[in-house]
Amino acid sequence: MSTHTLSVLVENKPGVLARIAGLFSRRGFNIDSLAVGPTEHPEVSRMTIVVSVESSPLEQVTKQLNKLVEVIKIVELEDRESIERELLLIKVRADAETRGQVLDAVQLFRAKVVDVAPDAVTIEVTGNAGKLKDFLAVLEPFGVRELVQSGMVAIGRGSRSITERTLRPVPVPVPAAHAIPG
Amino acid sequence: MSEQGTAGGERVTGAQSLIKSLESAGAENIFGIPGGAILPAYDPLYDSRVRHILVRHEQGAGHAAQGYAVATGKVGVCMATSGPGATNLVTPIADAYMDSVPMVAVTGQVSASMIGTDAFQEADIRGITMPITKHNFLVTDPDDIPRVVAEAFYIASTGRPGPVLVDVAKSALQAQTSYAWPTELNLPGYRPVTRPHSKQIREATRLILEARRPVLYVGGGVIRARANKELRTLAELTGIPVVTTLMARGAFPDSHPQHLGMPGMHGTVAAVAGLQKSDLIISLGARFDDRVTGNLDSFAPGAKVIHADIDPAEIGKNRIADVPIVGDAREVIADLVVALQAEQDKGTTGDYEGWVKFLAGVKMQYPLGYDAPAEGLAPQYVIERLGAIAGPEAIYVSGVGQHQMWATHFVQYENPNTWINSGGLGTMGFAVPAAMGAKVGMPDTTVWAIDGDGCFQMTNQELATCTIEGIPIKVAIINNESLGMVRQWQTLFYEGRYSNTDLQSKRVPDFVKLAEAYGAVGLSCDHPSDVDATINKAMEINDVPVVVDFRVERDAMVWPMVAAGTSNDEIKYARDLAPEFEEDDL
Repeated sequence: MSTHTLSVLVENKPGVLARIAGLFSRRGFNIDSLAVGPTEHPEVSRMTIVVSVESSPLEQVTKQLNKLVEVIKIVELEDRESIERELLLIKVRADAETRGQVLDAVQLFRAKVVDVAPDAVTIEVTGNAGKLKDFLAVLEPFGVRELVQSGMVAIGRGSRSITERTLRPVPVPVPAAHAIPG
Repeated sequence: MSEQGTAGGERVTGAQSLIKSLESAGAENIFGIPGGAILPAYDPLYDSRVRHILVRHEQGAGHAAQGYAVATGKVGVCMATSGPGATNLVTPIADAYMDSVPMVAVTGQVSASMIGTDAFQEADIRGITMPITKHNFLVTDPDDIPRVVAEAFYIASTGRPGPVLVDVAKSALQAQTSYAWPTELNLPGYRPVTRPHSKQIREATRLILEARRPVLYVGGGVIRARANKELRTLAELTGIPVVTTLMARGAFPDSHPQHLGMPGMHGTVAAVAGLQKSDLIISLGARFDDRVTGNLDSFAPGAKVIHADIDPAEIGKNRIADVPIVGDAREVIADLVVALQAEQDKGTTGDYEGWVKFLAGVKMQYPLGYDAPAEGLAPQYVIERLGAIAGPEAIYVSGVGQHQMWATHFVQYENPNTWINSGGLGTMGFAVPAAMGAKVGMPDTTVWAIDGDGCFQMTNQELATCTIEGIPIKVAIINNESLGMVRQWQTLFYEGRYSNTDLQSKRVPDFVKLAEAYGAVGLSCDHPSDVDATINKAMEINDVPVVVDFRVERDAMVWPMVAAGTSNDEIKYARDLAPEFEEDDL
């Protein structure tokens, strides 16, 4: 099994997330993480889906996704050719005695304290999966009270865009009758 | 109430917009049943030129739309109300999805403000049908109706055909809107590829010429693409043997000497051997279904594969393709013909002589056949005579089970779209409503439903529709008073322990009386010597439906057979009888 990151451009329409989630579950593919959000085009949303599959099932995943009418484009983002980020919010036990050590860790990982209470701090950190895992390992001895993590979002390096060329509308004429063409 | 709408459009209600849209999309017939949520649409439908056929159960509406679509090549349309009306369409929608039947299902939905409140007759039919439709829509804004209907018909009928569901909220049907039929559609994520890539055609041509044991593995895609003429040209140009799957029966004439018959679990020995021992499978609109391949690991171990399909996801799904070709079957075959003809003009042809001779020997040694019982009526004989008397121009529609396999083998198919059945989903009860739909689409053609006694009892209520609406189908019930295929498996794999397969349908119901109760003519036949006369009598009745209760012997089994999950090498020609191949020629 290997991990693959798919960037999926979809029409921003109700139910599209359900279609994609349903397709993964009924074809027996597991989603490791999923993040959805808007793009620079209001009519298009972008999903970043991380899946663990062998390469031939991955081909099936992308082919089946492509069959969904509202899926516009699928691009597999290679690790080295893309920037991958996740967001972690974590509430760590920190009293007067330990707060200094926690703040050191925050600085080292270029994280940010976003809320403080007498016995805890809440920290925001972004990075790739490896960085977040390391950060967590450092904080764990202090006592993690709660954490929440986003799915991964990813974008390709360089100047190329996966959205620009695909989204030009290609209207099709409405057939006069409803017979199958031919 | 929506005030937007297309500028210059006609002011109408959403319901009027829906019916106008269906008219503009070219719908000629709609099979359906009204109910609360869809009721507004039935008012303008009352005055429409579209014929609405009031069925007795929504499942009947769905299968009728399928039968209509397959017989005519047009999009079949069915309509139902929300909740139970819509859920009753689920089986035909799933069936149409599996067999790539172009169909549009229109359902009413509770009013937009009620959605999600567990309202009376509310069911999330869009959510329910997501995995079994090519696409589906929920319409809450009446202004969307014409565009959605246009998109639904376009998606259903292009690329790999399939069912599309349009769920319309009652509030959208009741609201005022403006109607204008769209002139173009914008579907950025839907661009089916129909033109095959020329490089793949060249590569396929090379493999075809190099092969010594090639076979044309023809699937339902050839029928949907109307590629039967092109297929015949390709077959005759090359001399390559042909097998036609359950979904492709009629795509190539059964009478043609190159035809080996149907492959698969109940395929002919020649067709199974033709795939199993080939060195090149040329798959045209077929999908390597488990009922064709048997155990996949041991399927056609020596064969390279050219896999042509309009759906890229089918290619490489079950069997790795050496040459994948995405495209419409007709265009693919036409391009192959051009390329192979050019090679032939240069003097390059394939050498398949030994292979063709070998398969001809297998075909001769192991023809389709059956042993007539000492007493009683052989079901195969009934179907054989039915095919002979009604002829290759008639349409044959079957249910699912033993009678389906006999109907696919013992009727001789010469033309596409004359064999209609539930292949992928295997829906018992398909035959009567699908035959009704086929007859509506092809009123001048004789339509025979070949049904089992089990299947018939699932959907025979549509005989009432047939009588009242003047749809004179003919039904041959192959009555072996059992769930015959299940019984056959119990005979072979469960030591003859017939758990719950005895329907006693020679006792209850009385099919002749049942037919008469529906206003149809009921006939019965239980002796071989009466078969022809009974069929002829049924053929003479053209004003009302006819039901013939063929009371056949119950122990007949479907042969040949490859047991589920085993290798095609394990095919049995008859019980405990494995074919022996003389492979010296290969």
